[in-house]
Amino acid sequence: MIRLENIHKTYYNGAPLHVLKGINLEIEQGEMVSIMGASGSGKSTLLNILGILDTYDTGKYYLNNTLIRNLSESKAAELRNTMIGFIFQSFNLIAFKNAMENVALPLYYQGVNRKKRNKAALEYLDQLGLKEWAHHLPNELSGGQKQRVAIARALIAQPKIILADEPTGALDSKTSEEVIRILREVNREGMTMIIVTHEQSVSEATDKIIHLKDGIIEKIC
Amino acid sequence: MMFDWDRWQEIGVTITRNKVRSILTGFGVFWGIFMLIAMMGFGSGMHNGIMKGIKGFATNSCFMFTRQTSLPYKGFQKGRQWHIHNRDVAMLLHAIPEIDVLSPVIFGEDSQKNNIVVDDQSGTFNVRGLYPNYEKIENQFLSQGRFINDIDIQQKRKVCVIGSKVYEELFPSKINPIGQYIRVNGIYFQVVGIAAGVSNMSLNGKTSEAVSVPFTTLQQINNQGDVIDLLAMTAQPRASVKNMETRMNELVKVANDVDPADEQALMSFNMEENFKMFNGLMIGIVILIWIVGSGTLIAGIVGDSNIMVVTVKERTKEIGVRRALGAKPRTIMSQILMESLILTTVSGLLGLCLGVLTLHLSDRYWLQDAENIFMTEPMVPFGAAIVSTVILLICGLIAGAIPTMRALRIKAIDAIREE
Repeated sequence: MIRLENIHKTYYNGAPLHVLKGINLEIEQGEMVSIMGASGSGKSTLLNILGILDTYDTGKYYLNNTLIRNLSESKAAELRNTMIGFIFQSFNLIAFKNAMENVALPLYYQGVNRKKRNKAALEYLDQLGLKEWAHHLPNELSGGQKQRVAIARALIAQPKIILADEPTGALDSKTSEEVIRILREVNREGMTMIIVTHEQSVSEATDKIIHLKDGIIEKIC
Repeated sequence: MMFDWDRWQEIGVTITRNKVRSILTGFGVFWGIFMLIAMMGFGSGMHNGIMKGIKGFATNSCFMFTRQTSLPYKGFQKGRQWHIHNRDVAMLLHAIPEIDVLSPVIFGEDSQKNNIVVDDQSGTFNVRGLYPNYEKIENQFLSQGRFINDIDIQQKRKVCVIGSKVYEELFPSKINPIGQYIRVNGIYFQVVGIAAGVSNMSLNGKTSEAVSVPFTTLQQINNQGDVIDLLAMTAQPRASVKNMETRMNELVKVANDVDPADEQALMSFNMEENFKMFNGLMIGIVILIWIVGSGTLIAGIVGDSNIMVVTVKERTKEIGVRRALGAKPRTIMSQILMESLILTTVSGLLGLCLGVLTLHLSDRYWLQDAENIFMTEPMVPFGAAIVSTVILLICGLIAGAIPTMRALRIKAIDAIREE
């Protein structure tokens, strides 16, 4: 599903910063992988490249056997929309839209009409046990509920992979467990999942842990 | 697709769920258009007011009357009282072909109180002797009867045309006054007409408050020989009133042994000059209105644009999330542009409506009752309203341009970056 070949990335903000120094990685369909590493190890950069949010300098990145390179903004947006679901640490729900509308947003950008996408959004919210909260604004929801809404939003476009950046970073341990359980369930249904985290408990729930250190993969276990 | 209902809904939701922000954004343009419309309306009100003041008067007319001389001339001392005479009228008509209508006017002798009497009603009004052609200089607007005619002049008939106010005061019973006799400065005259006279300008009293009699009759009654108190005239359609005025001035002075250099001896009032001045003033006011109005509008647009730029900054996260979820740059661009366009258009149209409403209400409840106000019927021409609407659409695009460019610079990655 994902193949990275010798990926390099350098940032040029003032002094050049060589963040990724040759990443080689393969992730199969249906795998659940976590990426761990100290702050500054390059794990966020790697996730951004995987999510087509950022570009890389040299190497090759294949997503679902498509080479991801030199894409236009529009093409990148289209791929993100159809291939990738994002889950963020701070949820990133749109504050003035209710839970249902937030979940339906990716379908809006696919041109699905309002009625259809709201129906789909309700189905996903129902699966995540949030049907009663569908018409509430994000600030009326608890942290765990918000993250569940975000998970529904990541799933609705039926992407190939889900990228989660510290999905439990803003949650207490109890809700963290719940979120991890949900992610595990989603994975069990065949979804490829990559989680960036620094929490041992989260990574232990995944099939494979990738340890990053100073821009290279230290070990995979 | 421009008319994608779903996109409109998306924009509508964004605007209506952020009410304070939307209102703040739209206010500048709202106020700009409101001011522009209100000022244009009151400007046209002033124009109408001035035009009403001189309505009925020929705009190419000129009036001339004598005063004491200020220079000694040909053996006469300064300070001499002198008059224009009947013979001067014939001389002027012969010498100056540019004259279209030349109408001598004479006023009744200094009237005592209650000089006009009908039965037991009486009132104090000005009396003036006119020629029939005076009507071509100041329109009389007769509501009943006729104006003075040539036979009245020839036979020095004792007939009169009374002003509408005179009629109201002397005939409280509202009977038909035509054929009735009224006493004017001690002599009975038969009423032949009622003149309304719409102008606010006055030549020894407004027409509506004067009693007009044949010139020849009054000249004889006054018993001052063939003196004329006032010359009223208009120029030929394409002739310059100013030139005519200057030449008449010289000829009348020469004919009456007054020093041509004496500027105080013969006064004249040139409507054309005044009319030009009014027009110039109005053009100046209109230019000022557009400068101030468009200035306010531009300030509004800049303010709106400014708020939207700040808004976009505030919305970095939202826009970033949209980008991450698959919004293309074009989609973001059209969203921000359309938001700006709709906000400015709606707030601008509100300003337009409120401006027109203000004009209407002020006309209805304030200007209608006010006396001697310089303004009447303030309104905005339909064309100007359409022009403002087009300006609004352009405004929306301009106001949206900078924020849109800012929004396009927001990358999806910005949404994920934790502060």
